[in-house]
Amino acid sequence: MELFATIFAMTYQFGDAFAFLVISCAGLAVIFGMMGIINLAHGEFIMCGAYVTAASARAGLPLPLAILCGALVAGIVGMAIERTVVRHLYHRPLDSIIATWGISLIATQGVLIVLGSTMQGIGTPLGSITVGDRSYSAYRLVLMAAAIGLLVGLYLLFYHTRFGVIARATIQRPQMARALGVDTRRIYGLTFGLGAALAGLAGGLYAPTMTMVPTMGSTFIVESFVTVVVGGADIFVGAAPAAAILAVIKASLTAWYGQLFGQIGLLVAVIIVIRVLPGGLSAWLKRSKQ
Amino acid sequence: MTQRVRLRALAAALAGSTALLAAGPLAAQDGPIKIGVLEDQSGDFAAATNVKVNAIQLATDEINAAGGIAGRPVELVIYDTQSDNRRYQEFMRRVLQQDEVDVVFAGFSSASREAYRPIVNQFDGLAFYNNQYEGGVCDANMIVTGAVPEQQFSTLIPWMMETYGPNVYTLAADYNFGQISAEWVRQIVEENGGTMVGEEFIPLGVSQFSQSIQNIQGSEADFVVTLLVGAAQASYYEQAASADVGLPMASSVNVGQGYEHKRFTPPSLADMHVTTNYIEEIDTPESQAFVEKFRAAYPDEPYINQEAANSYIAMNLYKQLVERAGTTEHDAIRGVIAEGDVCFDGPSGTVCLDPKSQHMSHTIFLAKVEDDHSISFPKVWEDIAPYWLGDAGCDLTQDDPSAQYTPSNPPPAN
Repeated sequence: MELFATIFAMTYQFGDAFAFLVISCAGLAVIFGMMGIINLAHGEFIMCGAYVTAASARAGLPLPLAILCGALVAGIVGMAIERTVVRHLYHRPLDSIIATWGISLIATQGVLIVLGSTMQGIGTPLGSITVGDRSYSAYRLVLMAAAIGLLVGLYLLFYHTRFGVIARATIQRPQMARALGVDTRRIYGLTFGLGAALAGLAGGLYAPTMTMVPTMGSTFIVESFVTVVVGGADIFVGAAPAAAILAVIKASLTAWYGQLFGQIGLLVAVIIVIRVLPGGLSAWLKRSKQ
Repeated sequence: MTQRVRLRALAAALAGSTALLAAGPLAAQDGPIKIGVLEDQSGDFAAATNVKVNAIQLATDEINAAGGIAGRPVELVIYDTQSDNRRYQEFMRRVLQQDEVDVVFAGFSSASREAYRPIVNQFDGLAFYNNQYEGGVCDANMIVTGAVPEQQFSTLIPWMMETYGPNVYTLAADYNFGQISAEWVRQIVEENGGTMVGEEFIPLGVSQFSQSIQNIQGSEADFVVTLLVGAAQASYYEQAASADVGLPMASSVNVGQGYEHKRFTPPSLADMHVTTNYIEEIDTPESQAFVEKFRAAYPDEPYINQEAANSYIAMNLYKQLVERAGTTEHDAIRGVIAEGDVCFDGPSGTVCLDPKSQHMSHTIFLAKVEDDHSISFPKVWEDIAPYWLGDAGCDLTQDDPSAQYTPSNPPPAN
């Protein structure tokens, strides 16, 4: 029983780190990993999802619906921003950095001015479970399940639906897709919206566990960029193993040496991966398969 | 025109211009008293500090309505420092050099205070730091109205150990405030025969606490001292509550600064104990009057915290100092502080400035958060002086080391 409790504790920590990395990076993986847009407003999409989730949950909506609501609103906002700003900046990565950074500043400060410096939280549901002599938050187990569900869902969407095939074709060979009659502008818009909705979903899922402030998105930013960079261009081959490896590094360093070394380990891992595998894990995995 | 007439005209012109030059400084003496306000109105700390700006504005409006300071109106020069230490340095230079303010009210985090303090020293300015902090700043250019460890920890920690048990776990923000405060906690726990069963430092901006929660559960802790700072780290309480940690908590910063008991869903902050010199729940007539006029001026203010009261007190102390000194000159103001009877009856009762350290005495309230997030006050310590610096050998009436001291790095013995 003692052994089981210890193994559960370690698995829980790994799963918790893994879930945070996967959920926070999913939106960025679509927008940055697939579409190649460096989106510095990623954190603000997350904040948008969290705020909408909290507001609708407080208005009486059940939490799962409120989270979907948050994702939906973030997705719509994302599509609007794609239509007005980002669309004009494809293939201009430096300009897209400036533009999305500007959007991020406007969003943070705008929310601060309009809604004030904090928003009341909604409380974590589901209570706790006890294993051995320690107790754990049950909602965190839901987050782990959500992370796995997210990976499976995205895989099915991009590899087993018509939209997925068209989206991948549009992003890899836009001229050819257009020649075959695909409305590529619409696909770009939808894909960007999907990325924003996934970011909103991350905000919604973590909203019950966090402080609601306009800058809350920034606590996701480092982890999500690190995961996407380590994962490489193909999110489905790269992101899941990247999140798994980084979660092991982070959870074990945090357990042995504390939070500071967990953060350092994460950043050192990226430096090494960029140096040794410039294409990220996915490029390396694909090459070794061939 | 003869030579003589021309000379006389020249002399008259010269006399006129010197008269004008002489009138310059005189006019400044009669013009408004300018007060620089550098506070974090956006960024990670905004939740706790916006209210300070409103408190300063409230005090200014009252002072101006009553005829100003020594007959001169007060004019505020407000900059948003964005929770960013570099902004503090930039704006501190600007208010002292370009805006030429008479005094500056500045700073929330201890990192920002230590970032701007050398600049205040360089230009020989005068700054009020209206925040509770880790203590030990012995600097004649600084007046501190916030509470310090001998007021917050020497009261709180022994009470907690007596009530809940001797084993203590500290969770602190990893910068000068958290490190030095944790040192104070460690020392007080040892002095009282307790044991530190764990100590963990969390980088600012970290929001995920699963591992720390597990470490706390694995220790034999009787209570947890949470010295967490900023909006991101405040996520700890929600996460600890959902993992059912169930240990009492003690803190010098929560509730009194970030009103976590209002922001989070009950009972995530239940059994949090905070020593503070003011929060809006304090049920004295002075406190109620303060809350009433604050809400009348700022109806949307989410919470009136201890820093709001300290900022309000600081404005009134400055008014008294200038009026008694008859000038805004810093040496004259320090001369008044040295008299040792600079006191003010404010929202938190009577407070007085200590001449040796230029820190303030406080009545300290032990605020306990109940299951429904209402506040009770199990104990009150009346009128505690900021004695540590003076006892340790800091005496600003004699000399000005402009240094910060800690228990392990006390003032050098003379």
